[in-house]
Amino acid sequence: MRAAANVSERGATVAAAPPRRPGAARRGGLVALALVIVLLPLGFPNAYFYEIAILVALNAIVCVGLNLLIGYAGQISLGHAGFYGLGAYGSVVLAAQHGWPVWASMPAAVLAVGALAFVVGRPTLRLKGHYLAMATLGLGVIVSIVLTNEDRITGGPDGMAVPPLALFGRVLQGEPLWYAITGAALWLAVWLALNLVESPVGRALRALHGSEIAAETVGVDSTRWKLRVFVISALFAAAAGALTAHYAGFVTPGKASFLHSVELVIMVVFGGMASIYGAVVGAAVLTLLPQLLTALKDYEMMVFGAVLIATMIFFPRGIVPTLARLAARARRRGDAR
Amino acid sequence: MGSDWLQFVAGGLTAGAIYALVALGYSIVYNASHAINFAQGEFVMVGGMAAVALVAAGLPLLLAVPLAVLAAGVVGVLVEKLALEPAQRSGRADVVTLIIITIGVALFLRGLAQVVWGKGIHALPAFSGSEPLALLGATIVPQSLWVLAGTTLAVLGLGWFFGRTLTGKAMRATAHNPLAARLMGIDTRAVMRLSFALAAALGALGGVLTAPITFTTYDVGVMLGLKGFAAAMLGGLGSFAGAVAGGLLLGLVESLGAGFVSSAYKDAIAFVVILVVLFFLPGGLVGARRSERV
Repeated sequence: MRAAANVSERGATVAAAPPRRPGAARRGGLVALALVIVLLPLGFPNAYFYEIAILVALNAIVCVGLNLLIGYAGQISLGHAGFYGLGAYGSVVLAAQHGWPVWASMPAAVLAVGALAFVVGRPTLRLKGHYLAMATLGLGVIVSIVLTNEDRITGGPDGMAVPPLALFGRVLQGEPLWYAITGAALWLAVWLALNLVESPVGRALRALHGSEIAAETVGVDSTRWKLRVFVISALFAAAAGALTAHYAGFVTPGKASFLHSVELVIMVVFGGMASIYGAVVGAAVLTLLPQLLTALKDYEMMVFGAVLIATMIFFPRGIVPTLARLAARARRRGDAR
Repeated sequence: MGSDWLQFVAGGLTAGAIYALVALGYSIVYNASHAINFAQGEFVMVGGMAAVALVAAGLPLLLAVPLAVLAAGVVGVLVEKLALEPAQRSGRADVVTLIIITIGVALFLRGLAQVVWGKGIHALPAFSGSEPLALLGATIVPQSLWVLAGTTLAVLGLGWFFGRTLTGKAMRATAHNPLAARLMGIDTRAVMRLSFALAAALGALGGVLTAPITFTTYDVGVMLGLKGFAAAMLGGLGSFAGAVAGGLLLGLVESLGAGFVSSAYKDAIAFVVILVVLFFLPGGLVGARRSERV
């Protein structure tokens, strides 16, 4: 896991030194991530690159949260776009129709989504495997249908305009500023997730993933932990959703669709389950890929599907863990020589 | 009032029959691989589209329909051989990886259909005229009867296949315990391939039968796939009787709900039902109450 964290940041080189203390590796990864976020814009020739980078950061926030649920706790969710959409619409509706300032409507919406996740998570997380997948899928689809149908509140399938985020009477706009906001939010999300994973909570989650019954016999309250991680991942998704809406200035129900839920899960699995930086890499690659594929026009979906199939065949555990394993093997071979 | 009911029930059974065919596909693939095949809805699309294309090429309906189902079966085998088998052979692919691969397959097939047939809506001529039949005050399109008859025949055929033939029994044995099945000399790879062929053919049959009623587009498989999945879960994944019951039940509830409650929320009703059922019966209606192995 920790080796994986290093590899994603600096190529295969850093993995060579096994960390002496757990804290050191975590700090190293976080410093590296901060450097990447700060230095990346130096290579941006125009605003379009900022836009893409912002999208990557926003998707990555959702994926880091979702990976806590899927990769660490081993609970699948095919409905997280629902939370993402509710976070977006919640904040927009509070701001546009009830006159809330956006700096207040965003956290309020995110907390409301967290509360909702707590309520629906209770019966949902009793389910296992494919039944859990079905239930979360159902929740997501229902949210998306409600957002599409309640057009007096949500603007229906065409979506609605979003009031901008203003702070101290100043409207926050411009790609560089939003890049700074989303970059900071991503770093914060990664920091929170790493802390969570390397605390006793993380060990409890991994125990759950291994065997729920075994975890319970050693005193892990599996229902409670699963529910907590579910709520945390919903909070991450809602926060990213609200940020996306106020950045883009527009929101449509497509953000809450089943396809978006699936995209998010693909990003997590593609990057590597149970790897925080893997989630970031997965989000980055799969946000960039469609941008590159737009040149293919009609062939875009076909090629995207083919790339996905090929990647999962050759990297069945996701990119970052597979590369980390290869790096570790190369290192062992180097040591033996 | 009574005719309203009959109308909704007839519509519900027609839709439910298709859900049942799709759900059967999910269960067959699940039994062979323990994975959910999210490309199942795309097989429905492939069937409908292939039939439309064959009819447009001048083939009579009587020939186009079986050919389209056969073509989808071949697509199913190719999917298994080219996408799933390489992943499974590496031995490092778990169920989630397989599921993501099937999602990739779904996107690929949907994208391919979009390239070949465009984004337009295609219609297949009805099998025996489109003059509606009056039945106790309700009007039913003849194609509905074709759907019900076709589904009934397919289900009976499957029952015979799994109950009476050696191949069918081999597939059930593999579902029960793959390792023991291999030790008995069953080629579980071939079972996997056959399962995909069967699932694809069943989905395609559904697609061909409904194409004259609901028309078909490159992305018709998305919602049908989800509803079929819901139907399979409702009946208990892996159970054939459950898949049929779940499909019909889902179609009925949806049709009655759309008729009497809200047509805008027609698609949501199916998912509300499945959530309520899962919350109270976490293994589906027919699902076995299994205890977890440690």
